[in-house]
Amino acid sequence: MAGMTVPSDFVEEMTEDGVTSLRFSGDLSIAAVGDLPERLSDYGDHVQRLDISQVDYIDTVGAWLIHRTARDSGAEIVGADNEAERLIAAVSGVDQPAEVRPDPPNPVVRVLSEVGEATTIALMTLAGLVGFFGSVMVSMGSLLRHPGRIRWNAVIQRFDVVGVRSLGIIGLMSFLIGLVIAQQGAVQLRQFGAEVFTVNLVGRLTLRELGVLMTAIMVAGRSGSAFAAQIGTMKLTEEIDAMRTIGVSPVEALVLPRFLAAVFMLPLLGFFASVVAIIGGGLLSWVELDIPPATFFARIREVVPLTDVYVGLVKAPVFGAIIAICGCYQGMQVEGNAEEVGKRTTAAVVQAIFLVIVLDAFFAVFFSWIGWN
Amino acid sequence: MAEDDSMVFDRDFDGPIICVKGLRNSFGDQVVHEHLDLDVRKGEILGVVGGSGTGKSVLMRSIIGLQTPDEGAIEVFGESLLGRSEAETIDVRKRWGVLFQGGALFSTLTVAENVMVPIREFYPKMDRDFRREVAKYKVCLSGLPPEASPKYPSELSGGMRKRAGIARALALDPELLFLDEPTAGLDPIGAAAFDNLTRELQQTLGLTVFLITHDLDTLHAICDRVAVLADKQVIAVGTIPELLALDHPWIQEYFNGPRGRMAAGQGS
Repeated sequence: MAGMTVPSDFVEEMTEDGVTSLRFSGDLSIAAVGDLPERLSDYGDHVQRLDISQVDYIDTVGAWLIHRTARDSGAEIVGADNEAERLIAAVSGVDQPAEVRPDPPNPVVRVLSEVGEATTIALMTLAGLVGFFGSVMVSMGSLLRHPGRIRWNAVIQRFDVVGVRSLGIIGLMSFLIGLVIAQQGAVQLRQFGAEVFTVNLVGRLTLRELGVLMTAIMVAGRSGSAFAAQIGTMKLTEEIDAMRTIGVSPVEALVLPRFLAAVFMLPLLGFFASVVAIIGGGLLSWVELDIPPATFFARIREVVPLTDVYVGLVKAPVFGAIIAICGCYQGMQVEGNAEEVGKRTTAAVVQAIFLVIVLDAFFAVFFSWIGWN
Repeated sequence: MAEDDSMVFDRDFDGPIICVKGLRNSFGDQVVHEHLDLDVRKGEILGVVGGSGTGKSVLMRSIIGLQTPDEGAIEVFGESLLGRSEAETIDVRKRWGVLFQGGALFSTLTVAENVMVPIREFYPKMDRDFRREVAKYKVCLSGLPPEASPKYPSELSGGMRKRAGIARALALDPELLFLDEPTAGLDPIGAAAFDNLTRELQQTLGLTVFLITHDLDTLHAICDRVAVLADKQVIAVGTIPELLALDHPWIQEYFNGPRGRMAAGQGS
């Protein structure tokens, strides 16, 4: 017999013995209950009998509906065949009060506890980062005493990934930044006829600040996140635990190569970025301000003091260290599930960029204090 | 409620619930299935066994439409599924539930909310309070304590997560249940309890169960028939004694190896 879902329905009847009875028909199934739950809940306890003898098909949803109505009204269920009886017995056996979501806490308490939690986490993370930096230094010290243990392969491979492979994107970014600085500088400075100072702007700004800063942000996004995700995934698959059992120090094998790569590559990348930005600025000056490249570069050598290059080169390894420490630390903190890897990766990038900018401000104060302006 | 043409289906359909014919699946050069045939009868628990890499999960994924086969025909409840859009097969898909290997619960939702997801998706008009009640009794029906309803999957043990997965698979009162290695990763006590749950639910709800397993105890304890996947095909389907009568080397090694004999001793 080809059946189809017949919407369920019921009619109210008064039997001869003065009993209110609901006679159900059609299918009592999840597909067919429709608005029955609402209609039935209106009855309260004004019903004494539920007659399901004319129901064609019943599933657990229908059985639950009948059971619930009978429970709330105290009505008796009549006309149930074997299957209906079995299902109603099954669902009434599991009728226990339960919650769908955990109870939400008091809003004031919640806000306070969230603020407290965030503060604790921030302080703990800072302490953790410092501690982690310490353990990296300790293992670096022990490697310096036993240089045979240095994993040159891993270190060189990281140099390649962090440094060489990011040349393209960092070059493109810096070139565009150089263009934009020169263009904006030219527009503003032209107002008082000082557009020739565009050269100073491009040269000093990129070498001193933007070259290294933008490179650090790019490396944090590109390599810092990769450090966190790689180490985090290894933590999840218990590779790190396996390393420890075999006697390999994860800090030595995983963290140090990444740390060294970031520390050594960032000055090189930062200097490269500054040079490319200056080339970009020079190109715009040539096109827009008619300053020929030869003149532009001669001016650069006159107006940019060597200390600007030092400023950039001193900051870069520190930024590199921050990026590597944040990435590796967050990776090592991964526990539990894959979602955690994503969270920690985000945290690594955000913290690295934040700390880089904070330290950059400190450096600015420090360098002007020692007279390198 | 208005009658809807798309709701027409044959509830009393007596043929095989799942009918796979001439299935071929391949990934690149590697052929996983070739001329694979399989019938699953109504109301049975069919165990699917096979060595690692014989494509047990691929077979299940082909049937439920997550993997498009190269060739072959797949019918579920007598309806052909291949080459039809999701919208066309929705009425068939409503009638099965799937438990994935790791449970595949939505981690940002509580257990009860997980169960409500398919109900809300397929029956958006259902009364909200009623939907919550349905979710709650389904959770308890799967053998979880009521306290588990408001918990998040990460707060549950492996066995409880599988039960929560079953609760979600049962959300739409399906007639057909797919279980992918339900007892993998459970301790023997938890695995035996899960076997009992499967059997109980199958009997109470009148389910047909397609069960992929490596667990010899499960095969002996609850499977009506066992299908053996090897050499890119289903090489045999039958009860365990029937399979033992065959002299295929893999079947003999599987059921007559030390573990197979031990499970047979306990199961019977």
